[in-house]
Amino acid sequence: MLKQIFEITLMNLQNLPSRLGSSLVIVVGIAGVVCVLVAILAMAAGFTATLNRGGASDRAIILRGGTSTGELTSNIDTRRMMYVRTLEGIELFSGEVYMVADIPKRTTGSPSNLVIRGVEQDGFLLRPEVHIIEGRNFEPGRNELIAGRNARALFQGIDLGATVDLRRSEWTVVGIFEAEGSAYESELWVDMPTAQSAFRRLGAINSIRIKVSDPARIDSLADEFAENPQVDLSITSEEEFFRSQSAGLATVINTFGYGVAAIMAIGAVFAALNTMYAAVISRTVEIATLRALGFGATPVVISVMIEAIVLATLGGLLGAAIAYVGFNGYTVSTLNQAAFSQVAFDFAVTPELIRNGIAWALGLGFIGGLFPAIRAASLPITLALRGE
Amino acid sequence: MNKFSLIWSNLFRRKVRTFLTLFSVLVAFLLFALLRTVAGAFEVGIDFAGVDRLNVSPKYSIIDPLPITHMNEIDRLEGVASVTHQTWFGGTYQGLNNFFPKFPVNPRAYFAMYSEFEISDVQLEAFANTRTGAVVPESMARQYDWQVGDKIPIEGDIWLMADGGKLWEFDLVGTYSTGGEAGLSSAFLFNYDYFNEARVEQTQGLVSWFTVKVANPDDAAAVAAEIDALFENSMNPTRSATEAEFIRQFASQVGDIGLMMNGILSAVFFTILLLTANTMMQTFRERIPELAVLKTVGFTDAAVSLLIMSESILLCALGGALGIGLAILVSDAIGPQVEAFLGTFRLTTATIGSGMAIAVLLGVVVGLFPALSANRLQIVDALRK
Repeated sequence: MLKQIFEITLMNLQNLPSRLGSSLVIVVGIAGVVCVLVAILAMAAGFTATLNRGGASDRAIILRGGTSTGELTSNIDTRRMMYVRTLEGIELFSGEVYMVADIPKRTTGSPSNLVIRGVEQDGFLLRPEVHIIEGRNFEPGRNELIAGRNARALFQGIDLGATVDLRRSEWTVVGIFEAEGSAYESELWVDMPTAQSAFRRLGAINSIRIKVSDPARIDSLADEFAENPQVDLSITSEEEFFRSQSAGLATVINTFGYGVAAIMAIGAVFAALNTMYAAVISRTVEIATLRALGFGATPVVISVMIEAIVLATLGGLLGAAIAYVGFNGYTVSTLNQAAFSQVAFDFAVTPELIRNGIAWALGLGFIGGLFPAIRAASLPITLALRGE
Repeated sequence: MNKFSLIWSNLFRRKVRTFLTLFSVLVAFLLFALLRTVAGAFEVGIDFAGVDRLNVSPKYSIIDPLPITHMNEIDRLEGVASVTHQTWFGGTYQGLNNFFPKFPVNPRAYFAMYSEFEISDVQLEAFANTRTGAVVPESMARQYDWQVGDKIPIEGDIWLMADGGKLWEFDLVGTYSTGGEAGLSSAFLFNYDYFNEARVEQTQGLVSWFTVKVANPDDAAAVAAEIDALFENSMNPTRSATEAEFIRQFASQVGDIGLMMNGILSAVFFTILLLTANTMMQTFRERIPELAVLKTVGFTDAAVSLLIMSESILLCALGGALGIGLAILVSDAIGPQVEAFLGTFRLTTATIGSGMAIAVLLGVVVGLFPALSANRLQIVDALRK
């Protein structure tokens, strides 16, 4: 039995080149499905990864209680800021101003939301992932800013040494920073107290970043805030905060990706069925001869299915390769609705996505081969030998 | 037997193959119609936005507030026919997943400005006279299963009530029709007067943007410049643009993602077309002996070519029509959910028309080669195969 399967399959695969044109239909069709699936999911994966990179488990973000839209609509006054400063178990503390300015994008020229973040000096100690890669850091008290490398890539006029007009005050770009691929790289950073006076926000900040000595302290702080409603503050670990920010858009993109891939998959299965039926019909006499020689029905079924699955796998590999070569690391930007700001991110074609794509290809090949295989095995031998 | 029934029975001679081919054409055009609609959503508003309307928003960022007193100054300008205001309320309805814009407005002025929105006089009066009244688009009322008379709780985040409370409650007093178009103005609307009195005192008198109707559309650019000049040196400078431009800029923020999706997916559409065309040509090749028989019994070269061409066009047009028809059903079914993200999700006549044109064109292209070879076919050679 195994020997029969092996022999028929080998024969099928050996004469594949003579059916090259129609076999390519399966390969190309399935490559298309896998390429689209992997590319779209890579977009969601890249977006999620970029936001998640900003988070650490021993850091937390404190906002005004009940704020649904993140730092932008949160407002913390001096009294509450002082209260948080006095709490125990906090190693580092940075009160931050967060606002957006409309700056034209380099590509389209249309104004988009660029984040301006005012940080305290401890904000840098708190985020060791931030490194200046060109120029120098800003000096507290001066209208100087440092730009994330994606902010520079995305927005007009954000160049080292340039003067930028932000909400009626002039700022000099003195440095460019990177932050290990996190969303901070799409922001402009300035000195917090300078930002407060330049932007007429005296005494008010948007959020507080803290680093705690022990991650469990975040939960106990959350309990303390919950017990004192008049404090009206909420605390979330950075990991949780960024995960919830990316969840919405990632879900939309993923649903879209799977939806489109499913519709395409139906098309690809039809193409595969068509091709395999044609292959079976053109080999009617050959299959009947084998059957007459004593080959069983099962080896015939399996050989047809193996052929379909081999072609589908080739398609899957091709599709994944195209997605990887064409899209991995490709930088795009979009509006992060949760933060109402532009964020740049890279497509991430992960091994998991490639496995996922190949699994789809195998599944499609299986369906595309199954019915023609059954047809091939159930041909009445005498009729088939006559070529009818 | 007339020509058409010959074509028809030819088409369904090999049922499995024809159905498979038909379905792949169907899938291609289903995808085409849905994708065009998604792409169209990023362009939405351009057709809808009145050319005689301007949007006046804060110069530095759309999230800054503007004082409502700007409105009187704008109204005094020559060339301005009328002006009203809208405010971005933010807030959530039963969790973060139910997103729709919520604007406090002046009821009569708003519906006078957006005259293409239809609301009955009775409901407009009720809206204007009910302090906590709200009106919503009909599609939104259907989606959330709201009836006139319902109390709708919205949890505020940007705007808090004077007592520090966050829960705003509104009474639904009516629905309005947006005439099939959604865009930025398809919103949950409620009374500005109530909103203004109830919110924290320091924030009273602040709105998000003004909508200006110009007396003469040709002067739109000049009026926009005049408005911006008026506030250039005030505490709250403005940026004015036609409504179409404003919506385009807003939509372009989502930018790259929309473009990427479109790019990837157009490539896909053409891949599917290529596959289908290949399969169909293969079918015709296998039928060459059959065509020779037709010629033997007296069909002319031209008649056989025409037969093949008609078959090909019929198959593609049928697949295209079914695919686009299915897309219409799909957009009706999932439209309300998708509209929360895209603004609008409805097939336009342009999409349907161009889809059908492409389907017929596909039929011609696919049928061309087989039809030509059928024309040149020698009976003797073909029969021998």
